[in-house]
Formats: sequence, structure tokens, C-alpha cells
Amino acid sequence: MSAVTTASQHHRKAAIGAGASGALMLAPAVFVLLVWSVVPLVLTLWYSFQNYNLVDPTLHGFAGVNNYWYLLSDPDFLQSLLNTAILVIGVLVISVGGGTLLAVLYDQEFVGRGVARVLVISPFFVMPTVSALLWKNLMLHPIYGVYSWMMRAVGLTPIDWLQRFPMLTVMMIVAWEWLPFAVLILLTAVQSLDAEQKEAALLDGAGPVARFFHIVLPHLSRAIAVVIMIETIYLLTIFAEIMVTTAGGPGVASTNLAYLIYSRALLQFDVGGASAGGVIAIVIANIAAAFLVRAVARHLEV
Amino acid sequence: MATVELKSIRKTYTSEEIIKGVDLSIESKEFVVFVGPSGCGKSTLLRMIAGLEDISSGDLLIDGRRVNDLAPAERGLAMVFQSYALYPHMNVYQNMEFGLKLAKTPEAERREKIMAVARTLQLENYLKHKPGQLSGGQRQRVAIGRAIVRNPKVFLFDEPLSNLDASLRGQMRVELATLHRRLGATTIYVTHDQIEAMTMADKIVVLQKGIVEQVGSPLELYDCPRNLFVAKFIGSPPMNFLPGTVIAASEEQARVRLASGQEIVVVAGGAQGLIGAAVTLGVRPEHVRLGHAVENRGSGQVELVEYLGSAAHLHVRMQDGALLVIQTEGGVRVHADDAVTFSFPAERCHLFNSEGVALHRRSSGRMAA
Repeated sequence: MSAVTTASQHHRKAAIGAGASGALMLAPAVFVLLVWSVVPLVLTLWYSFQNYNLVDPTLHGFAGVNNYWYLLSDPDFLQSLLNTAILVIGVLVISVGGGTLLAVLYDQEFVGRGVARVLVISPFFVMPTVSALLWKNLMLHPIYGVYSWMMRAVGLTPIDWLQRFPMLTVMMIVAWEWLPFAVLILLTAVQSLDAEQKEAALLDGAGPVARFFHIVLPHLSRAIAVVIMIETIYLLTIFAEIMVTTAGGPGVASTNLAYLIYSRALLQFDVGGASAGGVIAIVIANIAAAFLVRAVARHLEV
Repeated sequence: MATVELKSIRKTYTSEEIIKGVDLSIESKEFVVFVGPSGCGKSTLLRMIAGLEDISSGDLLIDGRRVNDLAPAERGLAMVFQSYALYPHMNVYQNMEFGLKLAKTPEAERREKIMAVARTLQLENYLKHKPGQLSGGQRQRVAIGRAIVRNPKVFLFDEPLSNLDASLRGQMRVELATLHRRLGATTIYVTHDQIEAMTMADKIVVLQKGIVEQVGSPLELYDCPRNLFVAKFIGSPPMNFLPGTVIAASEEQARVRLASGQEIVVVAGGAQGLIGAAVTLGVRPEHVRLGHAVENRGSGQVELVEYLGSAAHLHVRMQDGALLVIQTEGGVRVHADDAVTFSFPAERCHLFNSEGVALHRRSSGRMAA
């Protein structure tokens, strides 16, 4: 009996020792994480309640909720929220919809499939500023652009895409960058579909359309959920493409929340207002993340 | 129910012929087993019947109608796959319902059919379960249920028991045989396991390298294998083969001298032309008799005894170095290194010529022992 007690006490002491030294080992990583994430968060929160404008140093001190009030009552802010939503949803629809179709297509046997797969994946490896410049100057420019040349060749007047449809154009450029990612993930998912399942469906009398909707699409649902989650996180913060192509314009026609915060802080030098925008962006991102994680978690259980 | 007929069916993959002309006719309500080693083309043949593989040449008739160009679903077949191929996102009920739904069967009728099948297969308590929540045997039953519910003309099974453990396999074998008797559906079953073939089949088709080696009832194949391949494949433990030379032959019998110098008389017809030729003598372990005898004697030293309870397998090294397996009753008192004598019953021996083809006995079918 006593031997058992000593043994268990000894064990407990060892466990405590391991816990203490474990915490010690973890400390550097935890410290770095704190400095890198909590300090900026706290500072942003602090500035968002301050009058802090680099152009007007005379105005300073505690501002209460004024920064938030100005921001929320600004029509530009509503426009930027709307643009953010349009950009995220539009790119998701194009990349997931097109990605699913392309994944099924690239799963078929055809000559040159290997080369075609490399080509369809490659836009993902072009950095955002470069691809935005490519589209702006090489493809869509009203004078030198390839599309303009094509339109002139058939006798049409070239369209100045970035002036007339700024949001749509930005959306197309971003979708072009993210479609390969969706294809990549969904293609591997399509390939993991059991061949005998497809054959069983064939014997059950399912045609190509029924097979797609009843066998392939349910099989892809998890992968689609993962693609939506990852893309949403990145699409909420799209900045480089807008910066390079439209600079948020004309007016605020293509300004999303990330670009609005940038323009507040570094074009209007209103640090307080930009911080308030940052806090709102954090809240929105967290709401979106909560919904997504819940939806994905439901998909991941068998 | 339906008949199935194969007329010189061939399958060619990029210059290589996989199925080299198969002729076969399957009667209504028959349980036919395709058996052979892996790569013999048995699964390919089944998939060609199912419509999952194109038929390169030849005709496939179901109920007398040519179905080569019909889609799988239009042939009136149902197939149970090796991996079961259940739809993982649908529950048991939906799995069985899928084919009926696509065939636009009314809801009430679907429910009635599925409930009837679920009762037959004892799946009533699992209808709301997803395949992932079921055991191997239950999944197997769902796969069978999905096939039955469509009331097909022909059932196809592609190695359905190979993913189950040994005891469950024995149990499912009995269940499948019982089910076949109850439904009376024409069934084609592919396996590499000769025990499954022997126990379930009305007719066994032995395949090797895309060629049908022999077609017959289990006992026909056991008693009169047409060649060395079938003789080796059917029966467990496998038949013993001893090289020898024909030294005398009559119309019904042949006298063979083995490498050890022993002379054995075998009931085999048409060996007159083979005098002096090399042949192979085949005898099943269960047919070798232990003990002294006047004729067809042999002797050797026991190397190993395997006691199986109901039987024992003696591995005997003969004087010429050939290894012979003898099956005796389980209670036999023989130990390793014992010298034993035994005899080969003349009417139980098989003789194969140098090409491996069996010399036919005058009366086919089971011998009067």
C-alpha cells in the first residue's frame, strides 16, 4: 500500500517537473507570438480611440468613439464593405465553380494532359503585383492590350476595362490567380474517388450528369469546404491587385476594406481612423472565420 | 431469369490480347464461378459482361439478345464489387434506393422493395446508418442488397469475399449460397479461391491467361481434370505429380515406370501410342492409401506430419527424392523419420502426356470406388 502511494507521489512529482520544464521550453515561442500578435492588436485598439493625425499634430488625446463614428457614418466605408463582399463572393463562385468543372475535365484521359495540368496550375505561382500588371498593361490596356487589339481586329471599339468596370475587372484578375489553387485541390480530390464507385453508379443507371451530382460532387464537398475557407481568409485582405490596377478608383468604386484602411493611414495620414477600420476588419474576419470553421467542421465529420 | 451466352469473346489492349476467345453458355438460374490465378482475365471477362469494358470482338448474348453495344444499366445486370463500392455519403436506405430512383420507380414501390430486401438480409436496423458505421460483413450485405433490389436478370460478383476475414468469409459463403437458392437468379461469380468455387458453383470455369482451360461441375473438375493446370488448381492440398515413362498400355490401362523404378498401373485410355514417352502421373493426397499392398506400391520416409484434427498430411520423401503429400485420417500414428509404405489406387490416378493434357478414362464422371 505504502509502496503504491510513494510510487504515485513520485509519478506526480515527475509530471509537475515535466510541466514546469515544458512551459520553460515553450516560453520563447509564446513570447514571440505575444510580441508579434498581441502588441500590434493592443496598439491598434489604443490608437483607434485616439485623435492621431500626422498632418495635424495639434489635435491629440482621447477621442472616445469618434473615430468609429466618423468611419461608420462615412458612405465610403459602406461602399468598401460592399466591395469586399462582392470581391470575396465573386471570386469564390468563379474559382470554386470553374475549379470543380476543370478538375473533372482534367481527370479525363486526353493527349497532352500533363502539359495542360502544369499550364492550368501556373498562374498561382505568379506574384499578385506581377499578375495585376500583366493584366493591366499587357491584356486589358485600351491601346496596347491584347484584348483591345482583338476587339479592334473584328471592328469593335476597345473597352477601357479598369475605368468602366473596375470592380468586375479586379474580380476577374483575382479569380485568375485563385482558380489554379481550387483546381489543384479539387483535382487531387477527384482523383481519390474510388473507380468502383463510379462503376457502381454506372450499373445503377446513372448518366454523366447524375454521376456528377450524386457521386462526384458529394465526394468533393470536403475539399470544396477547405478551398472556400482558405480562399476566404486570403480574399478578405486583397490589396496588391487593387493598388496596382485601380488604386481603389475611380472614386471608391474598387476600394475594399483593406485598401480603405491603407488610404486612411498612408494617404490621409489619419492613424486613429485607420486603426478604427482595422479593428472593424478584425471583427468581420472573426465573424466570417467562426461561420466557416463551423461549416467546415460539419463537413469534416463522416 | 436469364441465360448468358459468350461467343468467341476477345479483348485486346494495345496489341496485347487479354481474353483469347471465350465460348461459354450459362443456363438460367445457374451459379457459375470464374476461377483462376491473378491475371488470368477472369475479372476482365466479368467486367466485359457487365459492360464496364468494351468487347473487342465476339458476341455477348443475354436472353438470346446481343448486348455488346448496350450501356451497363440497360443490360439488366447488377454487380457486387470487391470493395463493395457503397456510396459513402448516403445511408443504407439511400444506397439501395439510388438505382431505383434513377429508374424513376415510384416512391411507395421503392420503399416496399427496399424494406423487403432489408428484411431478407437482416439490415432493417441499419437503414439509417452510413456505410462508414458498418462492419465488413454488413457492408457486404448492403452491397448485395443494392444489387438485389433492382431485381436484375443476372448477378455479377467480383471477388466479393476477399476483403473479409476467414471466419466471416465462411459464413458469407453459406449466406450467398442460400440466397442464390432462394432468389434463383443467374449468377456469375469471380474468385481466385478454389474453395469458394468448389463449394458454391453449379459450374466452374477455370481460366488461365485468357483461355478457358475447363468448364464443368465441381466434381467433374475434381475427378477428371482435363490438364495439368486444372489438376493443380482444383483440390486442396494440391495433387501430387510424379514424372514417369509409359512401358506398356492397353485400351483401358497403362503401366508407368516412375523415376524410382516402381511400376504403377493406371486406368487411362489411349496410351498405346505413348509407349516409351515421358508422362506425368497425378494422384491426390487423399487418394494415396497408407499400408502394404500387392500392386502399385511405393515407399519413403516421412519428413513432416501436419495434424489437422480430422485429417493429417504426411510429407513423404520417396527413394528417388520426389516429395509426396499423403492425406490420412487424423488419428494416424506416424511420426517424422518413420518409413512408410503406401499404394496408388489404379482408378484414382491421372495420367498426363508431355503437353500436360490428361489421358481420358473410358467412363467419365465419378468412378465407382
